[in-house]
Parts: sequence; structure tokens; C-alpha cells
Amino acid sequence: MGVERVEHLPVRTDEDLVRARQAVREAAVALGFSLVDQTKIVTAASELARNTIIHGGGGDLKVERLREGARSAVRLTFVDRGPGIANVEQALRDGYTTGTGLGLGLGGARRLMSDLSISSRPAEGTTIVAIRWRQ
Amino acid sequence: MPEAAPTRLPDILGRHQQEILDDWLKLQAETFSRRRDLISDEELKQQSASFLQGLRSAAATDLDPRGPAWQGVRDLLGEISTSRVRQGFSPSETATFVFSLKQPLFARLNRELASDTRALAEETWTATRLLDALGLHTTEVYQRGREQVIVRQQQDLLELSTPVVELWEGVLALPLIGTLDSSRTQVVMESLLQQIVDTKAGVAIIDITGVPTVDTLVAQHLLKTVAAARLMGADCIISGIRPQIAQTIVHLGVDLGDVVTKSSLADALTIALNRAGWVVTRTAPGQAAR
Repeated sequence: MGVERVEHLPVRTDEDLVRARQAVREAAVALGFSLVDQTKIVTAASELARNTIIHGGGGDLKVERLREGARSAVRLTFVDRGPGIANVEQALRDGYTTGTGLGLGLGGARRLMSDLSISSRPAEGTTIVAIRWRQ
Repeated sequence: MPEAAPTRLPDILGRHQQEILDDWLKLQAETFSRRRDLISDEELKQQSASFLQGLRSAAATDLDPRGPAWQGVRDLLGEISTSRVRQGFSPSETATFVFSLKQPLFARLNRELASDTRALAEETWTATRLLDALGLHTTEVYQRGREQVIVRQQQDLLELSTPVVELWEGVLALPLIGTLDSSRTQVVMESLLQQIVDTKAGVAIIDITGVPTVDTLVAQHLLKTVAAARLMGADCIISGIRPQIAQTIVHLGVDLGDVVTKSSLADALTIALNRAGWVVTRTAPGQAAR
């Protein structure tokens, strides 16, 4: 699996969030994703980036464009040094929220992407890797 | 930074004021020959003369350009810098106003102090230090001016991008464009609710054709706006839901509940007119819209 291009972006403020969405959209367009898929990937990125800001206290995003033979993918890695997620199962459940949102962001992002994995340790931070393959 | 030996700068500036001013103006005219359209000779002359005058009297009392004696000079440069921002000068062109004084001033120092090289070196250093500090001050003010312009534009945008329009008697439309971050959503919500009061509208159409991403936060903001409007007695219709947005909302699991949604603003207007009891009739059958 070859990494064609990597971009690193800060995810700390609302302006960062706008830039992160734009970078992800650019990557999805460059890899030839359909309009529907572009929208899904950007929306998932928006959810995860907002979680990084609100729950993780800010962090970083890595946007990778991958190629494997004829297939291509976009991989998003969000890293924060926040309080971590105590119960990942619970956090992914629809309607569960520790904030004031709808509680659909994390579960929704998982449904919008091909694969989403969360590694988190209390008090150490959270790393979320989300990938979407182009069919 | 008080100086041990008093400087001879004010004295030299005083005796050669007119000469220095003429040389300086000539130099500026050469530098800005292509910027004649931006500033008049008269204005430049007046600014240069006041600066020279200020420099002379400030240097007579104190040699620290950040000290209180220089307040007048700094204010003057601030004014000049701010007007240059508006006139469309670049930052280096603005700073050149001060820096270009060096050549005519040093020429006079050279002539006056030719016999005393040590004094010449000292006075040249003093003059350089003062003019450099003042030149940098103009750049700083210039920068601040730019930042103010940006902030004003952001505020303009905030207001501009959320217009509530009355489509028909009792029917309001709110065409949303761009990202819906929280500060803008607040403005949107307030202006819509205010318009509902002002126009006594019964139906409000929120059009999201221009919103590129609808995530859970945007959806939540929309639902809250709809709920608030409903409390005030107005029904909301959300229009402009494109296929990709519809699919994404479904995957996210957002439940729009009993909010009426339409793909186009035209469809939404039809429903709104219907609800308000209006009937639109075509009087010339067969005539397609042009």
C-alpha cells in the first residue's frame, strides 16, 4: 500500500476545522471519489475534528492519500492528548454524549467511512484512524 | 536610553530644514513616481514638513523614540501610515517614507561635521537609530490597520451572509451560504426570529443549498432554529437538500423528525403558499417560463 501524499494539519480552533474540511475534500476530489462519497468523507472528518477540539482539547490531523493497485483510499488520523475515552463501546453508541451534542458524531463517522478504529487511554489521549476506500 | 553627549541633530535639522525637506521630497518623488495617482504632491509635502518639524523638536528633548517626547511624532506617523493603508500603498512603500530621509539628512551631517569624524559617526548612529525605530513603527501601525480592515470585513460578511428575505406575504426565506459555525448560527437564528416578529410570517423556508457540509452540529443548529421558530408560531421548511447531503444525513443517523424538507426552494415556496392559503394561477396556458 503506497502513500501518495501526506498532509499535517492542526485541529485546535474553528478556523482549523474549516481548513481541515477543505484539505480532506481536496484529497477526496484528487483521488476521484464521487460527489456523494466526497460529502460523506468530509462530513466524517468534520465530526471527528470537532470531537478532537471539544473532547480532546485540540490535536492534529494527518490526511493521507493511499494507492494499492487500482484501488485508492483516504486515511484520516486524529491525535489528541486529551482525557481519553473511558468506554469506547459506549462512545460509539448513537445518542450517547458527554457534551451537549446529538451524540451521533462518532457512530455516524464510523458509518460514513469504510473503517474506523479508536485507541484511547484515559488521561493520555485518543487516536482515531478512519479510512475510506474508493469502490 | 539617555545620551551622554547632547546631540547636534536638532541644530543641524533646524538650520537646514528647507534644504533637507526639498531634497527629501525630490527623493520621494523619484521613488514614488509610479504612485502619483495615490497621493497628491501637496499632501506629501505637508506630511514631510510636519514630520521634519516633529523630529527636530523631539530630538531636542529626548533621544528615546519610545519616550513621551516622541508621542507627537509617533501619532503623526500613525496617521500617515493609516492613510497609506487606505490609499493602497504597500508596507515597504509606507516605511520608505521615513527611511528615505536618511540620505538627505546624512549628506548634511557629512558636510557639517566633516572635520570631526568621531562626532559624525556618533550623530549618524543616533539618526539611524531614531529613523529605524520610527520606520518600524510605521510598519507596525500599517499592519494593525490591515488587521482592522480584516476584522471589519469578517463582521460585514457575518451580517451579509445571513439575509432574511420576504418571498411573499407571510413567507420568509433564509438562504444559508457557507459553513455554519456557532457564532454565525447565532446571528442567523436571531435575524430569522426577529423577522418572524416584524413580518408576522407564518412560514419560514431555510434553504441550505449553499451549505457544503451538514454534520451533526449543523443539523442540531437547524433543528434548534426550527424549534425556536415554531415556539413563535411559524412553521419551518428546510429546502435545498441535495442527494449527497440526504445520504450523509441518513448515515449520520440524524432524525429530522416532523420537519418538512424539500429538495428545491421552488418546491418549498409552493408548499408555503399553499399553507398560507394562496393559489397561483397561470393566465396564459402553454407559455413556458422563459
